[in-house]
Amino acid sequence: MLTDTGKIEEMATRMAEQDVRGRSPWADARRRFLRNKAAMTALVVLVLVALFAAFGAQFTSFNNEDIDFMVIGQVAELGYPSLASGHYFGTDDLGRDLYARTVQGTQISLMVGILGAGVAVVVGTLYGAISGYVGGALDNFMMRIVDVLMAIPYMFVLIIMLTAFGRSISLLFIGIGLLSWLDMSRIVRGQTLSLKHKEFIEAARASGVSSAKIILRHIVPNLLGVVVVYATLLIPSMIMAESFISFLGLGVQEPDTSWGALISEGARTMKFGTLWQLAFPLFFFVVTIFAFYFVGDGLRDALDPKDR
Amino acid sequence: MTPLLDVENLRVTFSAGRENALPWSPQRVVKAVNGVSFTLRPGETLGIVGESGCGKSTLARALIQMVEAEGSVTFDGTTDLLSLSPKRMQPYRSQIQMIFQDPLASLNPRMTVGEIIAEPLKTHQPHLSAAEVKARVRAMMERVSLLPNQINRYPHEFSGGQCQRIGIARALIVEPKLLICDEPVSALDVSIQAQVVNLLKDIQQEMGLSMIFIAHDLSVVQHISDRVMVLYLGKVMEIANRAALYSAPRHPYTKALISAVPIPDPAIERAKKHMLLEGDLPSPLNPPSGCVFRTRCPIAQDACAQSAPALASAENDADHFTACHFPG
Repeated sequence: MLTDTGKIEEMATRMAEQDVRGRSPWADARRRFLRNKAAMTALVVLVLVALFAAFGAQFTSFNNEDIDFMVIGQVAELGYPSLASGHYFGTDDLGRDLYARTVQGTQISLMVGILGAGVAVVVGTLYGAISGYVGGALDNFMMRIVDVLMAIPYMFVLIIMLTAFGRSISLLFIGIGLLSWLDMSRIVRGQTLSLKHKEFIEAARASGVSSAKIILRHIVPNLLGVVVVYATLLIPSMIMAESFISFLGLGVQEPDTSWGALISEGARTMKFGTLWQLAFPLFFFVVTIFAFYFVGDGLRDALDPKDR
Repeated sequence: MTPLLDVENLRVTFSAGRENALPWSPQRVVKAVNGVSFTLRPGETLGIVGESGCGKSTLARALIQMVEAEGSVTFDGTTDLLSLSPKRMQPYRSQIQMIFQDPLASLNPRMTVGEIIAEPLKTHQPHLSAAEVKARVRAMMERVSLLPNQINRYPHEFSGGQCQRIGIARALIVEPKLLICDEPVSALDVSIQAQVVNLLKDIQQEMGLSMIFIAHDLSVVQHISDRVMVLYLGKVMEIANRAALYSAPRHPYTKALISAVPIPDPAIERAKKHMLLEGDLPSPLNPPSGCVFRTRCPIAQDACAQSAPALASAENDADHFTACHFPG
């Protein structure tokens, strides 16, 4: 005989013994996301912006505080963007290097966005899931707290806080962190209510799995799709909130800066012919926010193929 | 022999809010299960049939404290399950397991099959090592004719019948004494139904399980049950050994149900005399007085509206109980 039956059988048993790797819903979503051109482009842009924030400072000899006395007083004539002078993005009104300031502003803005979304994901998800799963009086109590906090005009309160306690970035972080999770907790609660009566939750309850484990093992993983999508859309709105506060002149403190503060300065000096002071920070701001929206959109399509 | 389960006068009521928003308007109450009593012997299968909304699933959930119920459910002749606190109920949860109607919906889509089947085991026997758990999961998968090398797959990669077998494996891994099957085959097509039902039958004999098998398909129930209970609007209409119930039903509702079972032979089917029931199930918010079935009963008389008939055994068969004033 040409074929060696013994070997074939051996292979067959080996194949039967080897565990098949399953394709998880996450792997499916990843595949769909990788095929989405717009979202992948946006993701690449975001990675570049992040790299710019992390390593951009290595490529210039200036830092965000030092004033270049060569250009001071003649910013419009000498402070324009140029590779020769080393001011790639030009200088600001005081003669500080705008490239170094944009790098530093990007760090702050991204940090605000990611921190706000991070708090929302952790606190909002757990709060909403507990409230929705336990239900009854506790649900009512927890959601009324959210309602009360939502009823406070938070931008107003934040501005008062910043004027009363002085401008500081940590206060801004606290303010944004305190409020970002409210919407998330409501969304998660709604999703939990619809998950709670699914049969697999009932099956877990019937076999005596504790409530904490049901929330962490069954409810939260099934919510994560919605949470991830909402979080990516929350980051730009957090960045915008910070920019708004900084635009008003509150928020970050000199010599630190953020996109909002840079855009505000640039807008103020537009009429002196130093348009680059507005253009560079605005470019980063717009591109990043667009990219976050595209990524969020791509994630939604990837995680929720039914709704397309 | 002590029955494994002795259910006495089980009642489940749901509040349906007030008739209108005024605070003094009366509370409306749905009596989903209204005074059901039965016993289940060890190793026996009790089929529960009835139309949609008659309280079959609610009854099953009440037995394991998934919904609040009154009455008593004595397990193994000693403990009343309904009086236990959730903590003291915990050990009994491993002895009573459940299989659900929708095979795919009863499995968490984000967990692998191995994790799903292992979950009850990890909950009730936390001392087991990971390797032991895995070995038992594999053995169980083999027992329900799933390939053990599929242990890392996800539920959406399986067919409906396979998903139901995963559900069965999950229920049986803790070696329960009682298995409650809540319409386990109604979401499957006929050829797969047979596989699943036969698997349940085999496993039952092997492990000496008792089963409560809920279905609305009378032929499936006939195939698997030792005794059959017919429910209507939360009440027991008739309960008898399978042979007696199918060959000589005494309650007019049971007669109507059995005459509605299609026979897969057109000649016989056409010649058969159907006993059609008129109307729909009355609203459980406002059940008829006396016998709940009287509004659709072909032999109803004035007496039926006066008093509800009690379950009474037949003269020639002590195991055949019927709740009818005029059993025939």
